Amino acid sequence: MVSILKRSLAIITLLIIGYWLAQGLSGVPFGQDKMLVGQYYLNHVKQQTGAVNAVTAVVVNYRGFDTLGEVTVLFIASTGVGALLWGQRRKRTARTEGSIVLTTGTRLLAPFVILFGAYIFIHGHLTPGGGFPGGATIATAFLLLYMAFTVYEIPHRAFEKTEGIVGMGYVIVGLIGLAIGGYFLFDWIWQTWHLGTNNIGRLFSGGFIPVIYTIIGLKVGTELSGIIDNMLKEEVSE
Amino acid sequence: MIHISAFYFGSIALVLIGLYAILVKKNILKMLIGLSIMETGVNLLLVSIGYIYGRSAPILSEGIGPNQAVDPIPQALVLTAIVIGVATTAMALSAAIVLYRHYGTLNVEEIRRLRG
Repeated sequence: MVSILKRSLAIITLLIIGYWLAQGLSGVPFGQDKMLVGQYYLNHVKQQTGAVNAVTAVVVNYRGFDTLGEVTVLFIASTGVGALLWGQRRKRTARTEGSIVLTTGTRLLAPFVILFGAYIFIHGHLTPGGGFPGGATIATAFLLLYMAFTVYEIPHRAFEKTEGIVGMGYVIVGLIGLAIGGYFLFDWIWQTWHLGTNNIGRLFSGGFIPVIYTIIGLKVGTELSGIIDNMLKEEVSE
Repeated sequence: MIHISAFYFGSIALVLIGLYAILVKKNILKMLIGLSIMETGVNLLLVSIGYIYGRSAPILSEGIGPNQAVDPIPQALVLTAIVIGVATTAMALSAAIVLYRHYGTLNVEEIRRLRG
């Protein structure tokens, strides 16, 4: 009885919220040109950043500081997962190996999955993708390894060192921009050195976008692998 | 009568489905799934607000000029939102693991009862 009452109350609340949202959105025309800042970015993205992909140019170049904050949030989350699941002795407790399809497939595919992730983040300024999806793809390779083998663990020390070094690298790239151009995350490779001016649309262009995205890809990959490692281990009482 | 696009309708529906799961379900994992569905709805809404009829993705190669691409800003925002969503979901799931270790159940009413 209570459950039915609760459910109907919830549905009435949802209908009110839905009507309110729909009324608000009916004033926003779908599919019309509403761009203000976006048009400026589209008009100037090639001259100002050297990238072809306007989305990654916005994420890394125009709003690079925001992305630094985003990477920090991801770092805090992975630290938080580690802190919440902190225990005395944590081990892999899976009892059965993966099936033969999973183990064989993982053995064959894991290097190629990592390669594909690297491809995604290196070509972030040309194709859809970038550091965040590339890093997530790399983490899936480690998830596959964890699922297929009962004893596998990521190389913790190397991953922690990589994570710290690339996190520092992002700030260092920004500080070099501060020294050369006068503000943090100034695109010194593109605007001072003019590297790859004749190369727009090819790999060696885009200023520091490929550099930053390599950093972000490595950082996201190692952090998500760390989260997977923390979640798949269980506390053992001995 | 309100007239809205199918994409807006779909994203509102996803948000409401997720909210229903959060309001009604008692299992914490199901509530977290509801949260993720809500997040998907918000992302779909942002991307569909940036869409413009007959235009292509904002990648200016292969003869796509600045006037033939959709708004890049909502897509950049959604790129950010997806990553933050993954991070917060991981945090919430590990909090759920800790809860299960302490109380032996994921039912919120049971947990409230056990806390006393």
